[in-house]
Amino acid sequence: MKKTGAEIMWECVVREGVEVVFGYPGGANMPIYDAMLSYPIHHVLVRHEQGGAHMADGYARASGKVGMAMGTSGPGATNLVTGIATAMMDSVPVVFVTGQVAAHLIGGDAFQEVDVTGITLPITKHNYLVTRADEIAEVVREALTIARSGRPGPVLIDICKNAQVEQTEFIYPETVKLPGYQPVDHAPKDSLERAVKLIEKAQRPIILCGHGVLMSKAEEALMQFAVKTQTPVASTLLGLGAFPASHELSLGMMGMHGEVHTNMAIQNSDLILAFGMRFDDRVTGTLKTYAPHAKKIHIEIDPSEVHKNVSVDVPLVGDLKTVLSDLIPMVDEYDHEEWKKQINEWKSEADTRSIMNWEDDGKLYVPHLIADIWKATGGGAIVTTDVGQHQMWTAQYYQLDKPNRWLTSGGAGTMGFGLPAAIGAWFADKTQEVWAVAGDGGFQMTAAELTTAVQEGANVKVAIMNNSFLGMVRQWQEFFFEKRYSAVNMLSPDFVKLAEAHGVPARRVTKREEVDEAIAWARSIQGPTVIEFRVEQEEAVYPMVPAGAALDQMLQRPAR
Amino acid sequence: MNYTFIALVENRPGVLNRVASLFRRRNFNIESLAVGRTEDPEVSRMTVVVDCPNGDMDAHKIEANLYKLVNVIDVQDVTRQPSVTRDLALIKIKVGPEKRAEVNGLAEIFRAHIVDVAADSVIVEITGTEDKIEGMIELLRPLGIVEMVRTGQVAMTRGVNDGVRRVPGVTGNRYEDLEELAEMAP
Repeated sequence: MKKTGAEIMWECVVREGVEVVFGYPGGANMPIYDAMLSYPIHHVLVRHEQGGAHMADGYARASGKVGMAMGTSGPGATNLVTGIATAMMDSVPVVFVTGQVAAHLIGGDAFQEVDVTGITLPITKHNYLVTRADEIAEVVREALTIARSGRPGPVLIDICKNAQVEQTEFIYPETVKLPGYQPVDHAPKDSLERAVKLIEKAQRPIILCGHGVLMSKAEEALMQFAVKTQTPVASTLLGLGAFPASHELSLGMMGMHGEVHTNMAIQNSDLILAFGMRFDDRVTGTLKTYAPHAKKIHIEIDPSEVHKNVSVDVPLVGDLKTVLSDLIPMVDEYDHEEWKKQINEWKSEADTRSIMNWEDDGKLYVPHLIADIWKATGGGAIVTTDVGQHQMWTAQYYQLDKPNRWLTSGGAGTMGFGLPAAIGAWFADKTQEVWAVAGDGGFQMTAAELTTAVQEGANVKVAIMNNSFLGMVRQWQEFFFEKRYSAVNMLSPDFVKLAEAHGVPARRVTKREEVDEAIAWARSIQGPTVIEFRVEQEEAVYPMVPAGAALDQMLQRPAR
Repeated sequence: MNYTFIALVENRPGVLNRVASLFRRRNFNIESLAVGRTEDPEVSRMTVVVDCPNGDMDAHKIEANLYKLVNVIDVQDVTRQPSVTRDLALIKIKVGPEKRAEVNGLAEIFRAHIVDVAADSVIVEITGTEDKIEGMIELLRPLGIVEMVRTGQVAMTRGVNDGVRRVPGVTGNRYEDLEELAEMAP
């Protein structure tokens, strides 16, 4: 049966299970939008393509499915770029479809023509320029396969306008032919045996749990391995939630703003088991002194991550869940009592500095507010953040016991991510409570998506932590630039009025005693709400490993 | 040190750009790059010579990153494999009739050919390893080289290939000796 290229695209994405698409129409993708009306697709009209990209990203992270976002040619596509890079850095499966000018116009600087495949080449897992309708079925099949398999990531399809309208015979490709793309599942047996030998010898082992645990759905395997070998589990920023924070083996977050005892444990360990993480500079501190006594086992699906930042003793290239399932029966049970005791001693020592021990002085501190939201939501909400101080505090104090509820831009560090990601996450499961924690700076980057939330009835609770500063930059200027504040004083609009202008109920909280009631109020409303918290202006995130310092050289919160 | 890689890639538009872009993005310097068809019309073959200041560690990174490209079917580091490598150069020398014999003599020694003769110049074609070509260029330089073009190196391993698709760190290759590699880390 003959169909247009646009129809074929929808036929294929619907068969792949896509139900919701975040996008923005324009000249070069009008045939796609026209054909969409005949398919069971819910389209979310965003206010800016960047918002659409983050929504598709948030949807993918929360649902475990492939997200989809669309834009037209030229500026529509370039507006997606930040969102594509965000998904790339965090290995999130999103398919982006952009319209392109007709094939015969390409290269002629036509209206709204931009070389989108050229621009996105380094920030996609793969991309396609489609010039003919008969290419579309295969390309869409391949794109979704590539996006979700192996190390997931964004794939972009740039479809010329003529390919959208041309008619061609539609045959659904049952198989995908990708001779150069064969992700590996199992690690070789002899490598596993070498890993087992290192595990046998270890007295002070530690697991570093990364985003790969979630991507591979290896949470249970991780639990089995950790419990069987009694190995403490530290988490990267993106790995939070993969191992329950309340578990006795959980050490919480590692790295620049990680827990003191966690970083101490890494530096003093004699075996690092890196599971689906990539030794980013934010988790290692200076490489010269990183974990100097530790042998290293690295389970990783992407061979290019092996030895990239930290060279390891035994790399196990493969799917984490598969490799762990192979490894678990091969390892013995251990108790590591001494080691756990030592870590607990570090922990008790560090806890005395915790801001959670402070007496109520009537002022608003973000860590306390995050703990309040945690308490009110029973720790079970999906939480998204922007980037900066509030992001680190949320990571530290919204203690997650379940996976895929923590959505934050880790690798790219994209401000403006929180609100649109929260809207996307709501589409993943509309019964879930979703909170977007944002700073006053990041919120203003994508605040226009509040209207999208209203139009869709998205039940998203926004908490703006307003300290009238670009807080993290301010903190660095305080610590490392002799407090010479440069371009960090932020004048914000009246957030309550701004929200109300969008049709969103909003409140401002300036006093400690108003906090619980405001959170309860937001939760009682069906639909989007905004709470602006006027928080302490010059608080700093502790502990902090200064850039270039060793992981155990942490600045700790001054005693009070 | 220069490393030589052979990459089999899908014969599709844009693949050369993907490979070249990868080297730029990962901050590696391409010394030479030769692309051409193979016995299979769907497959192109690239020979890439890359400067690897950190030796095998860099070579591993290049191999693993090339492997990551969806259109790259196979990558082989042939630097230390028994293989045949060839480069071709066309060298134009400004010589009148009185010195042609000298050029001809040199060409014979290097098994090169004079492929064009004009009133005031000749073109010499030479095929061989990089060393051989460099050697001839040195001797021709005093005569007055006015133009030169080189294809870049192409390489082929000796014997019949096992046909196994290599995956860095997984299937058998010399990076398997990872403990040794770990000691070389910066």
